[in-house]
Amino acid sequence: MAGNGADIKEFLEFVYGFYRSMNEHKVQLAYEGEITHQITKAFTSLTETTMELEEESHSTQKKVFHVMVECLQNVGKHAEVIDPNEIRKDGKGIFLLCKNEGEYTITTGNILNKTRTHEMTEVLEKVNSLDKEGLKQLYKQQIKEGRLSNKGGAGLGFIDIAKKTGNKLFYNFLPIDDEFSFFVLTSKISR
Amino acid sequence: MEVIKIVGTDDTPSVTLDVANEIFEVSGRSLPEDVASFYEPILDWLERYSDEAAAKTVFNFKLVYFNTASSKMLLDILLKLEEMYESGKDVLIRWHFPEDDEDMEEAGEEYADIVEVPFEQISYAMD
Repeated sequence: MAGNGADIKEFLEFVYGFYRSMNEHKVQLAYEGEITHQITKAFTSLTETTMELEEESHSTQKKVFHVMVECLQNVGKHAEVIDPNEIRKDGKGIFLLCKNEGEYTITTGNILNKTRTHEMTEVLEKVNSLDKEGLKQLYKQQIKEGRLSNKGGAGLGFIDIAKKTGNKLFYNFLPIDDEFSFFVLTSKISR
Repeated sequence: MEVIKIVGTDDTPSVTLDVANEIFEVSGRSLPEDVASFYEPILDWLERYSDEAAAKTVFNFKLVYFNTASSKMLLDILLKLEEMYESGKDVLIRWHFPEDDEDMEEAGEEYADIVEVPFEQISYAMD
């Protein structure tokens, strides 16, 4: 930030606007950066403590914990690392936990190569088309047939989130340039 | 055979594999940073154990949470036990779940559907 007054004034206004936006969308936790295992542990532990203090039901607490882990690990394992000099291996992205009257929403956003949009859309649409029984069947099929990827993913994350929350997954691919999109995924957990 | 005794942490389960005392158990939380390297020694141990298995192997799962990456490794453990059962060994899986945890109960039902091995579901009260 340059030291001139106009820039600082603008920045301070940005901070206030940011604060208001967070309040408006009931954001409890927001993060942008590398999603490491340490981050996943810290965020889930912080959220558990908060929910316990707020006397959230155990079943909701468990679901929020579950979905947070799967979402954070998705970004850590699958987000595109664009910088060719990037030495650290964990993916970067944005994470938001919002608490509304009737539900928690857990949102992640990360950069993805456009070549992956098609298969991801297929998987997400498939998951969204299934009812509870259908999701159970798909889960069993995937756990039997799927192999653990070299990144340690089992290809079960989206199925598991839909199964545990009983809600559809909301998502979008926002264009960045010819090569990359910004993938946003929101899961809702009813309270 | 050597005893495996792993003390659980907030992201890895407690594991006891002890032939002499007939204790075979995985319990707690499972979301290790590297699931494959955490479960590899356990799967290796079971592979070696399967040849000289005790008269009866009662394997207890008493997990409160596991992520999807771990779920795949848990299935690998169950598949090893299924192999043992199919080769004529006496094997019983006991799947313990907190009485108010439908998801953990359901996870047990799903595993029971997948593997062909005697499988008991046991609910317990959380203190």
